[in-house]
Amino acid sequence: MRLLIIEDDRDAADYLAKAFREVGHVADLATDGEEGLAQALDGQYDVLIVDRMLPKLDGLSVIGTLRSKGIETPALILSALGQVDDRVKGLRAGGDDYLPKPYSFSELLARTEVLARRRGGREETVYRVGDLELDRLSHQVMRGGSEIILQPREFRLLEYLMKHAGQVVTRTMLLENVWDYHFDPQTNVIDVHISRLRSKIDKGFTQALLHTVRGAGYVIRDSK
Amino acid sequence: MTALGKLLRTTAFKLTLVYLTVFALFAAFLLVYFAWNTRRLITEQITQTVDAEITGLAEQYRQGGIRRLVFVVDARSRRPGSSLYLVTTRAGEGLAGNVGSLATGILETPGWTETAYRRLDDPDGAEHEALIRVFQLPSGFRLLVGRDLEERERLHDIVLAAGRWSLAIVIVLGVAGGFFVTRRVLKRVDAMTDTTRKIMDGDLAGRLPVAGTGDELDRLATNLNAMLERIEGLMYGFKEVSDNIAHDLKTPLTRLRNRCEEALRLAEDESQYRAALESTIEESDALIRTFNALLMIARAESGQARDGMTEFDAAEIARGVGELYEPLADEKGIQLKVEAPTAAPVHGNRELISQALANLVDNAIKYGAPDGAPANGAGAEIVVKAVGEGDRILLAVADGGHGIPEADRSRAVERFVRLEQSRSKPGSGLGLSLASAVARLHGGELKLEDNHPGLKTVISLPRAASVAAVS
Repeated sequence: MRLLIIEDDRDAADYLAKAFREVGHVADLATDGEEGLAQALDGQYDVLIVDRMLPKLDGLSVIGTLRSKGIETPALILSALGQVDDRVKGLRAGGDDYLPKPYSFSELLARTEVLARRRGGREETVYRVGDLELDRLSHQVMRGGSEIILQPREFRLLEYLMKHAGQVVTRTMLLENVWDYHFDPQTNVIDVHISRLRSKIDKGFTQALLHTVRGAGYVIRDSK
Repeated sequence: MTALGKLLRTTAFKLTLVYLTVFALFAAFLLVYFAWNTRRLITEQITQTVDAEITGLAEQYRQGGIRRLVFVVDARSRRPGSSLYLVTTRAGEGLAGNVGSLATGILETPGWTETAYRRLDDPDGAEHEALIRVFQLPSGFRLLVGRDLEERERLHDIVLAAGRWSLAIVIVLGVAGGFFVTRRVLKRVDAMTDTTRKIMDGDLAGRLPVAGTGDELDRLATNLNAMLERIEGLMYGFKEVSDNIAHDLKTPLTRLRNRCEEALRLAEDESQYRAALESTIEESDALIRTFNALLMIARAESGQARDGMTEFDAAEIARGVGELYEPLADEKGIQLKVEAPTAAPVHGNRELISQALANLVDNAIKYGAPDGAPANGAGAEIVVKAVGEGDRILLAVADGGHGIPEADRSRAVERFVRLEQSRSKPGSGLGLSLASAVARLHGGELKLEDNHPGLKTVISLPRAASVAAVS
């Protein structure tokens, strides 16, 4: 994955670039809005990581300009500003995802990977991971030939996990995409939902598909 | 600026002046009109009298010739308060009458004239003004009849004098009244100015004086006072937040720092370093959460979150939050029930209201279960309700735990306050504060009630108007 990080805080930018390179991605840096815009126009990137407040040209304008030129590279906005309305503004300006500072790298990585993959588009009607099968049209879930009955929310949870099979999804990503809540519940309610789902899809099978990634989130994958 | 200068510059005084001028002009116009009309009326009466006399005398002349005319004129001239009479020959020689002297040439022009004259029977022989008519008799004799104008002039003078006086009185009273009214108003405005200056100097508790008359100034003062109240509340809130941040964030920060130092000093192998770092991250995550909650409260309290409000169904929120927390409650042996039978329309920030309700449910799960809840079927229960009650929508969370003693309830809503029994459990102490701030942002309130046993927390919101009419 090729990334462009537009962030004026040199330390933060270097840290991010280093962290992304460590997990095998290519990361370029730009330290102000104009430079970032020029690079984004030039290079072929899978994802842009754009700080909201930048010298010369602010992050939302960078994204707006790119979109007006027909460049649809997914962009993730980093912002130190508040949450609810700021997020809405960011997404309205053409951003694809939004992460308030301070963030954890695992959260950023998970979101970036999801954004990069989204371009390919995984919009099949049936998702398959190992012997687990989810039919998005008939809302049927089968594993090893027998049907698993899920509650509507459990179905959506599994659907989201399987859509991003092999990728780590974080708790906040689940909360945002499955529940459409953008706040942080004080208790980790998601964990309980996951363990319920896990008991339905993995219980009784020798091979577990739904895994917890410590300090990051969850991943559904066929580890064979 | 002198006191008088200030007075002269005030709006009230300027207005007084304008009114005064308009009123004085109007009064003057009335007086002039009145005087002119009176004068006209008197003149008309005089001409009628004179005309009648001339007709009468001409008739006497026609019947009895000049002798009879002279006789009659003589007789009439002697009556007290009589008109003016003069009969002359063609050459201007006086035959009869009471006119002593006349301006020259008067007799030569028949018709009406205003002229000065002297009366024969007047001992002083003073000159008077009169309105006269000269009439040519057929044989060349001339007849003059007139009336003294003194009466008319006197009345005119009286009216004019009265007019001048009343105008003067109007102006004096108007200016005095204007000064009086303006000074009263100015005094109150000055008092307001003084108070605002004091408030600007830092006395936030200061309030504008209200006279209690319910006039515009009172209304202004009342509104400004309400504004000051709000500002003071916000300032106090900010101060409190910064004090609390200083106090409650420093503690975990100190803990975090200590842990790092300890790791540097004591850790011997990688696994110990790792454990120390992991706990550091955990601690900093908790700090971030607290910080976010504080920011959220501040935003809700300052009313910034007012943009992006929409109309939605609170019953749906109750079901959504209930569904989110149900597995967690279940895991703790608590049964979570949602009672939201009908639509409960509210206007607001969906996200914030969801979060507020989530906080209440979270609290209920944390503190609402009686210790060592019997797992014998009669387990603990939490009821989440969304119901309409008149023009309010109530979002209520009721648990069966220990509840909060009445004395502590108002304190429980304050930031960072964690009551004795909850200190041992995790949490930032901001959940209820946020719920309360969100309720207030939406024109509602958060109430803590007794659930016999347990606690019932209720967010009361105004029902959205447009949908309320439909449902």
